[in-house]
Amino acid sequence: MENKKSYSLILVLLIVVTLFFVFLNISLGSVHIPFSEVIGVMLDTTEVKQSWEYIILNYRLPKAITAVIVGSGLGISGLLMQTLFRNPLAGPYVLGLSSGASLGVATVVLGASFFSATFASLLISQWSLVIAASIGSFLVLLAVVIVSSRVKDTMAILIIGLMFASVSAAIVSVLSYFSSAEQLQRYIFWSFGSLGNLAWEELFVLILLFGLGVLATIISIKPLNALLLGDNYASSLGVNLKKSRFIIILATSFFAGSITAFAGPIAFIGLAVPHLTKLLFNTSNHKILLPAVALSGAILMLFCDSVSQLPMSEYTLPINAVTSLVGAPVVIWLLVRKKKLFV
Amino acid sequence: MKKKNINTVLEVKNLAIGYQTKKKEIRVAEKINFALKQGELVGLIGANGIGKSTLLKTITNAEKCLEGDVYINNESLNSITSINLAKEISVVLTDNISHTNLSVQELIALGRQPYTNWIGTLTEADKLKTKEAIAAIQITDLVDKKCYELSDGQLQKVMLARALAQDTAIIVLDEPTTHLDLYHKVSVLKLLQKLAKETQKTILFSTHEINVTLSLCDKIILMKENQTYFGTPKELIAQQAFDKLFPDDLVFFDELSGAFKIK
Repeated sequence: MENKKSYSLILVLLIVVTLFFVFLNISLGSVHIPFSEVIGVMLDTTEVKQSWEYIILNYRLPKAITAVIVGSGLGISGLLMQTLFRNPLAGPYVLGLSSGASLGVATVVLGASFFSATFASLLISQWSLVIAASIGSFLVLLAVVIVSSRVKDTMAILIIGLMFASVSAAIVSVLSYFSSAEQLQRYIFWSFGSLGNLAWEELFVLILLFGLGVLATIISIKPLNALLLGDNYASSLGVNLKKSRFIIILATSFFAGSITAFAGPIAFIGLAVPHLTKLLFNTSNHKILLPAVALSGAILMLFCDSVSQLPMSEYTLPINAVTSLVGAPVVIWLLVRKKKLFV
Repeated sequence: MKKKNINTVLEVKNLAIGYQTKKKEIRVAEKINFALKQGELVGLIGANGIGKSTLLKTITNAEKCLEGDVYINNESLNSITSINLAKEISVVLTDNISHTNLSVQELIALGRQPYTNWIGTLTEADKLKTKEAIAAIQITDLVDKKCYELSDGQLQKVMLARALAQDTAIIVLDEPTTHLDLYHKVSVLKLLQKLAKETQKTILFSTHEINVTLSLCDKIILMKENQTYFGTPKELIAQQAFDKLFPDDLVFFDELSGAFKIK
């Protein structure tokens, strides 16, 4: 199989490109740090300015790692959803997962006034946002799955996902109406998405959850491939549908929930990355797609983050806007070129 | 007793099929009895909505039996784990799979899943089985194509090759000849006949092609409103089982030619 060799060659290439983008991402920002110095700090070979070292190790490196995890995680969760629902339009965003997370965060941030004062102060810590977002996205996903086990039509499932999203949006509106300007601002800023707000200890939690998601995905590779043929064929191949579905959904909510919680609702990556990758690799085999999607997602996210930094200026754009600005044209271009998207 | 059953691969005893909903159970058919032997080609015939698909689903354990039992190699269906069942029965369904970007080669190799390790690595033995299946169906020229590039007839053959690669004693096909023209219908059924003979697998398929089926199959399962018949085509014709298979205002069964004719 000469195919396998060319696949691994592209994978190695992707790893190199990813590393390049990590360094590029770190060297860009409001304070200019030369590329060579960045490599020096990262590899601990040269003595550089204390301030640069501080910026890199405590600000830019965590941000770059967050970008890698966000891009990979959302890309993988998009891939999982597209295979599970056998629908090229599925993704954490379309299925209402991000909306669920938003609802969770909105309940905590905007709804805090409904709780008593002491309880409220307890609620508004960084961790409570994380937990609220995870619970929110998990609940929406659970609802989607329960519905999808009764409704066989995948289009109907997507529409139901969109309905959940609009219900969440409506509840957020109601909560916003009763909230103070300060709370609203806090929520809006969260919804812009941000990769740079994570301290090392938060990053470790994100890495842990990401790792759990990856683990769950890896043990699902075999059933995922069988699921390409549909539920009936998969179960005829001995796949335990209930168990596999549950693990896949669990993995997705680990990814989507934790990422949305720490970095805000990041649009389009989950939908666009799997398609970009499938165009590059032209296969549906998850053993190849999984690492490929993870790397492509990381690259795209690092790229978007570098753009949002607006190099040479002191402004940064909301990351969520940049991913949509980059992602939407990509999907349109894909559809025009390929005419058909595959699961 | 044991000796008598040695070649019986699939046995159905006093089976009732249908659906169990929360409120009540809907029986589609009952008192179904038959025993299929190794290497037999068996056609399942019946009017639309009579329960052919439900029967096939029950045999493959996608639906639960309402009464009676199904035995695979003398073992009750309920006591077989899903992974072991996947090594005994493979299926070709009517489900549409043209949305995947899998190549024919990859698709057929998926038939090896019940045998591969936790991540699905294909061993040399698996690759050999895949190759044999491709050779048996004679689709070597298709292996590098993508599933969405295939015609209906080609896709049906590829799905059959996938079932063959699964290396099971029984292959169950749900209406494998729909959407095919007369020539391809006959060619698929001829292929099934050849496979049953050469590989000694038991092949059970549902169909509306009564005329072709009667001339090619070893045994027929005939589902009618109140009764399910089982036997060789000749036996069933002698029993006049085909009369009243359909309402008799438009078509009738001509015993001499063994075919339905328009009035």
